[in-house]
Amino acid sequence: MSQKTEKLIDKKGLRLDGRKPDELRPIKIEVGVLSNADGSAYIEQGKNKILAAVYGPKELHPKHLALPDRMVLRCRYHMAPFSVQERKSPAPSRREIELSKVIREAIEPAIFVEYYPRTATDVFVEVLQADGSTRCTSITAASLALADAGIPMRDLVVACSAGKVEDTIVLDLMDIEDKVGSADVPVAYMPNLGVITLLQMDGILTPEEFEKAVNLAIEGCKKIYAVQKEALKAKYVSVKEVEE
Amino acid sequence: MSTVVVRVKQKQIAQLIAKGKRLDGRGLNDYREIKIEQGIIEKAEGSARVLLGKTEVMVGVKIETGEPFPDTPNEGVLTVNAELVPLASPTFEPGPPDENSIELARVVDRGIRESKAIDLEKLCITPGKKVFVIFVDIYVLNHDGNLIDASSLAAMAALLNTKMFNYEIEEGEIKIKPGYMALPVRRHPISVTFAKINDRLVVDPWLEEEQIMDARLTITVDDDGNICAVQKGGSGYFTPKQVFEAVQIAREKAAEIRKKLGW
Amino acid sequence: MPTFFERRQIVTPGDLLAEGDYIAGENTYKEGNRIYAARIGLVEYEDKKVSVVALRAFYIPRVGDTVIGTVVEVGFSGWTVDINAPYLAILRASDVLNRPFKPQKDDLTEVLDVGDLVVAKIVSYDRTHNPQLSVDEPGLGKITRGQIMKITPTKIPRVIGKKGSMISMIKQETGCHIILGHNGIILITGKSLEDEELAMMAIHKIEEESHTTGLTDRILQMIKKEKEKRGGS
Repeated sequence: MSQKTEKLIDKKGLRLDGRKPDELRPIKIEVGVLSNADGSAYIEQGKNKILAAVYGPKELHPKHLALPDRMVLRCRYHMAPFSVQERKSPAPSRREIELSKVIREAIEPAIFVEYYPRTATDVFVEVLQADGSTRCTSITAASLALADAGIPMRDLVVACSAGKVEDTIVLDLMDIEDKVGSADVPVAYMPNLGVITLLQMDGILTPEEFEKAVNLAIEGCKKIYAVQKEALKAKYVSVKEVEE
Repeated sequence: MSTVVVRVKQKQIAQLIAKGKRLDGRGLNDYREIKIEQGIIEKAEGSARVLLGKTEVMVGVKIETGEPFPDTPNEGVLTVNAELVPLASPTFEPGPPDENSIELARVVDRGIRESKAIDLEKLCITPGKKVFVIFVDIYVLNHDGNLIDASSLAAMAALLNTKMFNYEIEEGEIKIKPGYMALPVRRHPISVTFAKINDRLVVDPWLEEEQIMDARLTITVDDDGNICAVQKGGSGYFTPKQVFEAVQIAREKAAEIRKKLGW
Repeated sequence: MPTFFERRQIVTPGDLLAEGDYIAGENTYKEGNRIYAARIGLVEYEDKKVSVVALRAFYIPRVGDTVIGTVVEVGFSGWTVDINAPYLAILRASDVLNRPFKPQKDDLTEVLDVGDLVVAKIVSYDRTHNPQLSVDEPGLGKITRGQIMKITPTKIPRVIGKKGSMISMIKQETGCHIILGHNGIILITGKSLEDEELAMMAIHKIEEESHTTGLTDRILQMIKKEKEKRGGS
């Protein structure tokens, strides 16, 4: 028997935080927030607070781990112990290890790895506060950190989740919707090339529902992409405006 | 032996695929031969060995008792673990589970869990205090490609083979009664994995196809043709159209396999 | 044949810059007949070439470039130099000592030790090996005085200015000797600390406002104002 006592979607069709099914959480992004990292970005999406930093490209030591014809991309997704309701142990969990892998595989297609043989670039993602779909928010931030580091990319990678909650397909799941809902579909997308670089599904959906969720997530990605671009340009535009 | 696929062979594999054929003669949507043996490890409560082409995976199921998770006090616990043992491939090193074995375990787990293949409520002994814990341990013995599908099949076969002792609760203690009962398995999720090579999708990639693929997509389908898990892997990408195409093919293949195995 | 932006507009990675018979210039890439931006920067359309002047990029070694670097390791036959690039550079002992090198007799740390700064030229570099340096030219070698600053390497041309106009102006107004490393490292040697700091302030401002116009005049004004503040010219 399920424990849920509250409905996730009320009679007016609004979700617990007042959003409509196809509405994103509010997003705030700042690029270039850390002085030591080669590139960085901080993002708040709903209650998610995530910091991403990039170090590299740099020579990879030990040398036998380096690849002769391309850059090695390494990624670490990590949650702070205070990021969730019940304190999380600092040791990497199996979930964090899987997410580190899928996040790396989501951003790697965007990078021209063949340009920098024998080097490595490290991407670090720290989740300071988590409220659902953190892997998506992480990818959005990591992608900006890479651009901030001046690493050439095919496109920015942006990510957003969709899911099913009480028979409704909804966009941008928060934690409670992910836990209690019946499906979670995180999607990472390169909008200019129109391709998916991360796709997972956890739950049960008919093929039609799955298609609907993926398409809705892609629409969410496109909206977030506009915010990403503005955040990236924001560092330079303000100076331009001052002079004109 | 080197694990680098010779460039000439890479081209050969890719050219054939462009023509709708594969190096081992299969069609793009064909599986290799599947052989399943059950009950091979008597000391385990359930076991199975799967040969998918030359990929070999063994799964053992052990049942113990333990505490339920706090948010599901009335349900038994399912835990899936995978080991890529060093003898299975020159690329597997001894040591704690790496990202590949963790991903493998979690994808197989998702398929079983989300399809509700096991009736976990029937595994509750004392709500909130004591439940049965089902350990599904995946042991990859030979890696010749597509570990996910081979492991999923082996895990399902092992669970179907699993017998639990009969028991009753006497004064809060478990008393074992004679006889056995089968693990309450009611669904049979089947995962179907694709490799994308030169923009074509091939089902059940073997090792060399995996070594040259751009990306991998696994779709797990339940008995009703619903999707219960999806995992994209590898550092390439898929168009939305390719994803939806894969879903359709996965549903067909899953139904075929389920029928062939009599599940 | 369409282009999609105005000259010197800010573009971000993935922005479609042009479609048709164009050539992909710096910081862009071509897919089919479409040219996309690969870095954030200002787009330039020059005839058939589409390029992006990057606002953020790291230094990639180029043969012939003058660079300023720090010695990070003393090896058996030379030094490893950090030139602020993805690859460490090598300076061979035989190049510095100007004669065949005798490992038993010559102690390399007496020539250059870890932590020393050098101005050098890149004499060889390709995808298969690290950049190799030489100090075999006047003006190159160990740095003994002055201040070091770091800016984004892509801004160095802006610091130089058209036909050297910007850098000459700064040198004149501050009385400093300035060496610009193509790798974004700059050495400033002046008669006093204040002069050196004035030059650094000017260069910082150039880095921040490099994408604007009328910069040379604004920098000149800024320097003049600062010198007045300090009471003297």
